[in-house]
Amino acid sequence: MLARVAETLYWMARYLERAENMARLINVNTNLIYDTPKKTVLGWKPLIEITGMQADYDQRHSDYAESTVLKYLIKDADSPVSIANSLQWARENARTIRDVIPREAWEQINGLNLFAKENMQQAFTVSKRFSYLSQVILRNQTITGLLSGTMNQDQGYVFLKLGRNLERSDMTSRIIDVRSANLFAEDTLEQHPFENIQWMSVLKSLTAYQMYRQSMQARIRRDDVMKFLFQSRKFPRAIVYCLGQMRECIEQLPPCPTALAQLDALEKLVLEADLKRCPPKKLHQFVDQIQVFLSDIHVILSDQYFLSGRLRASNGG
Amino acid sequence: MHIHWQDYPLGQFFDELIGPDGQARSYAQGLLNYLSTHTREELEARKAIAELSIKEMGITFTVYTEAEGSIDRSWPFDIIPRLIPKKEWDAVEAGLKQRVKALNMFIDDIYHDQKIIKDGVFPGELLKNSTNFRPECVGVSPARGIWAHICGSDLVRDGDGTIYVLEDNLRVPSGVSYMLENRSVMKRVFPELFEKLSVQPVDDYCSQLFDMLTSLSPRPQDAPEIVVLTPGIFNSAYFEHSYLAQQMGCELVEGRDLVVTDDDCVYMRTVDGLQRVDVIYRRIDDLFLDPEAFKPDSMLGVPGLMRAWKKGNVALANAPGAGVADDKVVYAFVPEMIEYYLGEKCLLPNVPTYRCMYEEERKYVLAHLDELVVKPANESGGYGMMIGPKATKKEREHFAKLIKKDPRNYIAQPTLALSTVPTLVNKALEPRHVDLRPFILSGEHTSVTMGGLTRVALRKGSLVVNSSQGGGSKDTWIIEEDA
Repeated sequence: MLARVAETLYWMARYLERAENMARLINVNTNLIYDTPKKTVLGWKPLIEITGMQADYDQRHSDYAESTVLKYLIKDADSPVSIANSLQWARENARTIRDVIPREAWEQINGLNLFAKENMQQAFTVSKRFSYLSQVILRNQTITGLLSGTMNQDQGYVFLKLGRNLERSDMTSRIIDVRSANLFAEDTLEQHPFENIQWMSVLKSLTAYQMYRQSMQARIRRDDVMKFLFQSRKFPRAIVYCLGQMRECIEQLPPCPTALAQLDALEKLVLEADLKRCPPKKLHQFVDQIQVFLSDIHVILSDQYFLSGRLRASNGG
Repeated sequence: MHIHWQDYPLGQFFDELIGPDGQARSYAQGLLNYLSTHTREELEARKAIAELSIKEMGITFTVYTEAEGSIDRSWPFDIIPRLIPKKEWDAVEAGLKQRVKALNMFIDDIYHDQKIIKDGVFPGELLKNSTNFRPECVGVSPARGIWAHICGSDLVRDGDGTIYVLEDNLRVPSGVSYMLENRSVMKRVFPELFEKLSVQPVDDYCSQLFDMLTSLSPRPQDAPEIVVLTPGIFNSAYFEHSYLAQQMGCELVEGRDLVVTDDDCVYMRTVDGLQRVDVIYRRIDDLFLDPEAFKPDSMLGVPGLMRAWKKGNVALANAPGAGVADDKVVYAFVPEMIEYYLGEKCLLPNVPTYRCMYEEERKYVLAHLDELVVKPANESGGYGMMIGPKATKKEREHFAKLIKKDPRNYIAQPTLALSTVPTLVNKALEPRHVDLRPFILSGEHTSVTMGGLTRVALRKGSLVVNSSQGGGSKDTWIIEEDA
């Protein structure tokens, strides 16, 4: 497999996954707002912090009104995290490697990009937002299914899966982060019923509610939810599961011991974390740590396998 | 309201579907009868299906504008096909094979003994200022003596029904992917027609291309590594490069993916390290292929590629230098070439061409500038042309000067009355001018596409079929009558 093509497949998968998870992220926040006592104002600012785009956002906007934030996260072509932007890049990457992916998958990716653009106004009408974002998620799932069902499971597919799982673990950590950003003071008893409902909506936004029930056989409790979303080896959007997938992928490629070592260290960090009654601030720092690890792993993979990394190395002697 | 063919505003041109009596041509009967069971609205609905398919399938071409940079646009397409009876096509096919065979013999001769010049059939001075003659290629012997493996010849039909060759594209001809995609769109738009009529399939082009490229491999014992070399995503034909690589299951590479090492072999950079490449279907112009041999500032090419090719370690299709026969003055000598190399009469006529380098012909051209189309030798895509009947007096005077200054660089041809095909315009069927580009593959065997890409000038009265200038395309059906 060409180093350049491997890189493009990896990024295509990352952008698709990013668009899907951004849709999930917005859905979870919308639900959280509905489920919160009316006297509490949660707002939309946390979404900007969580996507790591605070500085960029502040340069362009001066308020955190729902419409401004949503425009930034869904529509703006020059916002690096918007759904429109991710899908455009997924499509551009796919276009460069149309010869490699099955034709139907290309048509779906191209179609998703068109759909998202043509129907974007729906995202700004409260009654239509959920169904619009659900479509984005569902169409992404269709693409994932098409790729897994019709593409040779060769090196190219390995890079695709690698990109998808890296992005997914990163975004799952950010989705959990939305919740922690909105945590109430922990010992206010009267909030408890709401808190559980809110964790339920986090699970639902990750399509994890049913699987949580089956797997944990427990009520919706904060600590159990965290354990499930961080540490499950069974649930495909849980962080440890994604790390396991990445390990499987890297083991099929020409040896890269540094990436595997970083992956080990990250897995250990997540599995050994004490999540019980973890205060919001600590949780936020923990999520940050995960993201730093993931970005390190990305750099190692890129130096080892991708054309951009190869050319850098050969120019440097 | 149903489609009434008697309302069709047939012009004074040859129409591909309707005869001069206003009746359907025999081979078009089935199609026209079927279409007349439709109302205008129903045809419009079919058109919408075509447009949606093109959008969903992502069939695009890239346009570059100053303001917006490079954007890819949906491919403009008309749903009324252009039909050619199989019997007529068989004759065209034989003519094209003959032509390409002679052209390849000519190129090989030019880069070796130049017998055709020594025998006084072809004037040697034409090579001196040919922009497509490559001194670097002299003495090189590509596999099977073939230089132009993929040729796209433009055909036009004149008022009296004769099919002429307008030009041969021997460098990097494009358009074949649109021919194939047009067919798959049409199958979605008019599935019933494909059941009813015997339309010859076109789908085997990519496997023929693959077999042809395989036959060029310098390491025939192994399964050869074949790649398609593209200038990249900003090239206007990128869609096609990617399409062909996809259909052949080959890697689509850019210059930066390839490297020539000290052993003068070509390798691609893969995830597992370097991997040898045997055949390159290159879609980059000669001068950008190798910065060591040609333009030193080319970012698209691969340093050392010419070295590897000359040593026979890699096959390039088309071979560098094949464009020498692509020149419009050289074109005028093709009938002579066919007689010289094959001892045969030219089956498919050239458009009558006046060569300004000869005094007699030049005099005629200068005296008839208001009737003729004047073309420079080495430009393509309609650049630097003068269409006499439409030119102003000042433009004609300007061209007269150009011709006298550099007669070798100009040819002139009569203006042709290009044939028309009914085309859906504002819910009505109107005649629009068309040309046709079939593709000829030469390797171990020679094959010609069933039909080719029909390009149509969508603007009324226009003869410009370029997609960047208001042109579109149609599916081309080779029809077996009474089958």
